[in-house]
Amino acid sequence: MTAAPAAAVLDKPAHAVRAAGADLRDAVHAEWTKLRTLASTCWLLLGGAALTIAVGAAAAAAFRCQPGACTLAQTGADPARISLTGIDLGQAVVAVLAVLAVGGEYSTGMIRVTLTAMPRRLTVLGAKAAVLAGCVLAAGVVAVLGSVLAGRLILPGHGMTVANGYQLLSLTNGSDLRAAVGAVLYLALIALFALGLATAIRESAVAMGAVLALLYLFPLASALIGDQVWSRRLDQIGPLSAGLDIQTTVNVKALPLTPWQGLGVVALWAVGALVLGAVVLRLRDA
Amino acid sequence: MTTVTPYRSDLTPGRDGFAQLVHAEWTKFRTVRGWLIAVIIAILVTAGIGVLYGSVTTVSCAVNNGKWLYGEACMTPLPPAGPGGELVIDRYMFVHQPLAGDGSITVRLTSMTGLLPGPNQMGPGPSSAPGSGAGSGLGLTQPGLEPWAKAGILITPSLSQGSAYAAMMVAAGHGVRMQWNYTGDTPGQPGAVGPANPRWLRLTRAGDVITGYDSADGTHWTEVGSVTLPGLPATVQAGLFATSPDETRASAAFAGGNSIDVGPTEVTAVFDHVTLSRSSLPWRGDYVGAVQAGIGEYHQAGGQFTVTGAGDIAPRPYERTSQLGPAVTLTDYLLGTFMALIAVAVVATMFITGEYRRGLIRTTLAASPRRGRVLAAKAIVIGAVAFVAGVTGATGAVVIGGAIVRHRDYYQWPASTPTEVRVIIGTGLLLAVAAILTLAVGTVLRRGVGAVAIVIVAIVLPYFVSVTRIAPATVGEWLLRITPAAGFAIQQPYPAYSQVTATYLPVDGYFPLAEWSGFAVLCAWAVLALAAAAYLLRRRDA
Repeated sequence: MTAAPAAAVLDKPAHAVRAAGADLRDAVHAEWTKLRTLASTCWLLLGGAALTIAVGAAAAAAFRCQPGACTLAQTGADPARISLTGIDLGQAVVAVLAVLAVGGEYSTGMIRVTLTAMPRRLTVLGAKAAVLAGCVLAAGVVAVLGSVLAGRLILPGHGMTVANGYQLLSLTNGSDLRAAVGAVLYLALIALFALGLATAIRESAVAMGAVLALLYLFPLASALIGDQVWSRRLDQIGPLSAGLDIQTTVNVKALPLTPWQGLGVVALWAVGALVLGAVVLRLRDA
Repeated sequence: MTTVTPYRSDLTPGRDGFAQLVHAEWTKFRTVRGWLIAVIIAILVTAGIGVLYGSVTTVSCAVNNGKWLYGEACMTPLPPAGPGGELVIDRYMFVHQPLAGDGSITVRLTSMTGLLPGPNQMGPGPSSAPGSGAGSGLGLTQPGLEPWAKAGILITPSLSQGSAYAAMMVAAGHGVRMQWNYTGDTPGQPGAVGPANPRWLRLTRAGDVITGYDSADGTHWTEVGSVTLPGLPATVQAGLFATSPDETRASAAFAGGNSIDVGPTEVTAVFDHVTLSRSSLPWRGDYVGAVQAGIGEYHQAGGQFTVTGAGDIAPRPYERTSQLGPAVTLTDYLLGTFMALIAVAVVATMFITGEYRRGLIRTTLAASPRRGRVLAAKAIVIGAVAFVAGVTGATGAVVIGGAIVRHRDYYQWPASTPTEVRVIIGTGLLLAVAAILTLAVGTVLRRGVGAVAIVIVAIVLPYFVSVTRIAPATVGEWLLRITPAAGFAIQQPYPAYSQVTATYLPVDGYFPLAEWSGFAVLCAWAVLALAAAAYLLRRRDA
């Protein structure tokens, strides 16, 4: 998409001057330019991070324990999980961004230009995924750091003190670090999941509905059905419920999956969606 | 001078009524195959999830040796049901004798004292039997009265649990009440009872009609209420009762859930001036619904009766983890509503954003320049489609799912037929208003992704936050009052009783707003969005 390579192609056949891998580098550069120059990208990333931090801070501020019943054993409350509540909303913003990244091309017809310029469709999808994941990781780091900081500042004022048996939220202790890193990775995986689905579906409104349905319905069903066996199964399968296991630092043994297994489930969803998107993208007319 | 006749077209005037507009929008809707497929999917998913749930549910409860028990095995003995079919708690100390034919019973209640559980007598979760009547047997020592501890007079045809009754009583924290048939409750004089502040209570029977009166001095009587107990036999049991429900304490409210502790309580009431018309038989004390011997007691000294009891005479709220064991509820069948909601939201969005993307909106507005009417026609079409989809899907889910559950011998928490009808129609209304809200948001944004995301997040996320309890209960409650998610209240399957203290949680199907007021909140959001959409549609270039 940039001018310089285009000029170089005039003299010699492309394959003669292009080293292997340059294709991908150009594709990434092209996708980065496309994403960066959309006003909505910046707003969604900034807004999503701000929303995540705000919701996390609000959840921390809303925490209450009755006097005399504030110890960790009595409440079972999880400082990391409370501080990272905002991820529940932040992931919806990330999903919007991911769906727009590919759905926008289909709705404007830009996809035909993209695929003419870069006929290797898997390269295009790979580049999109890389750029999107990079942006989301960056915004995710900001969102998670902000949330953890907010939790660290607010929660001790609501009874979550060391004296009551809680650990002060800190990235230097293993479980909190795992929760924070996991939350960032989770956001990136959700972005890839949404990207894959949107590539397969193409119609952005439908893709948005499908992504949110798959995210929210498993935990809702799990909470609402009065059936413990199915409830646990749904918690293990659903991308949201399994993925958020990574944020848990209290009573980890009671989780239906270990934290990293949970994140693995999300990764499987993301890989599955990307493979589906890749297959459909290769086989179908744009 | 020539007369110029103004030009008149020979063509018959075009039909431009509102009905034609609706017809045009309906044609647009039904000729897009994808939308029809989406609506059919919404119906099939709603019904299908209900049927699937009915077929696969293994509602289960753990037993001592770690094995799982399923279905009605968890529920033995089945709880008693009241005259209205609802499940009830019916355990109280009753000092009674037969009353033949019409007549009345009058008492003066001079004192109510009680005992509450100490911190180590509270159990986690609603696991200790509500109203097990274990009162004095458990050695309660901490003085105090449960606010819904009840003592007074009662008329009932039989001592079996779940019988019809009418009672005049003083509730420790809620003044004089007339209650009947478990769900009926009318307040009388307010205020607590004590030696300096006695309460006179009277019940009069005339045929099937029982009338309750209260008085502060025994001479000036006020009628509190009059109820009909159909089919009341000629001879009924009349007498004094005392009962006190379990105390529920929320030990903490935190992200992840409320921890509820429950413990037994008991009440001791002192009565005198007991008069029962046309009777002189000896009084007899029985503990109705006794689960163990030696609970509840009464003394009679001269004209003074001292009655001690524990338990409750009240409807039993649904609790997911009640000691009755789990039961299938009406809400369980309707999980698919969320899928349908999302499908309908996507279609409703594309119903308007599709016009913008293809440029069809310019044709539409050229053909019908009054833009507000176009929006109204679209709202009617999409609302009607969503309503039909919701009602059809919910009917399938509740009727077929319920039939399968009963066929598999699982226990379904009882709900009356009017409630089932309201829940089914309500599901249709919920989808219809949500579709109209989405249409309006789509008109404002003109972009599909944003509209779908905003509406789903606004309707589903608050509900999600409340039922999965990732936010503190108070936050979840407020979200269900002010966000469009309040509309889910219309699916509430069981009433929350003001006269029964319980943890009424959204996850159990109890909403902070009443059924129709919650729905009104959703409607208000839809109206607001429609107004904004109509304004912008008129102001903006298409």
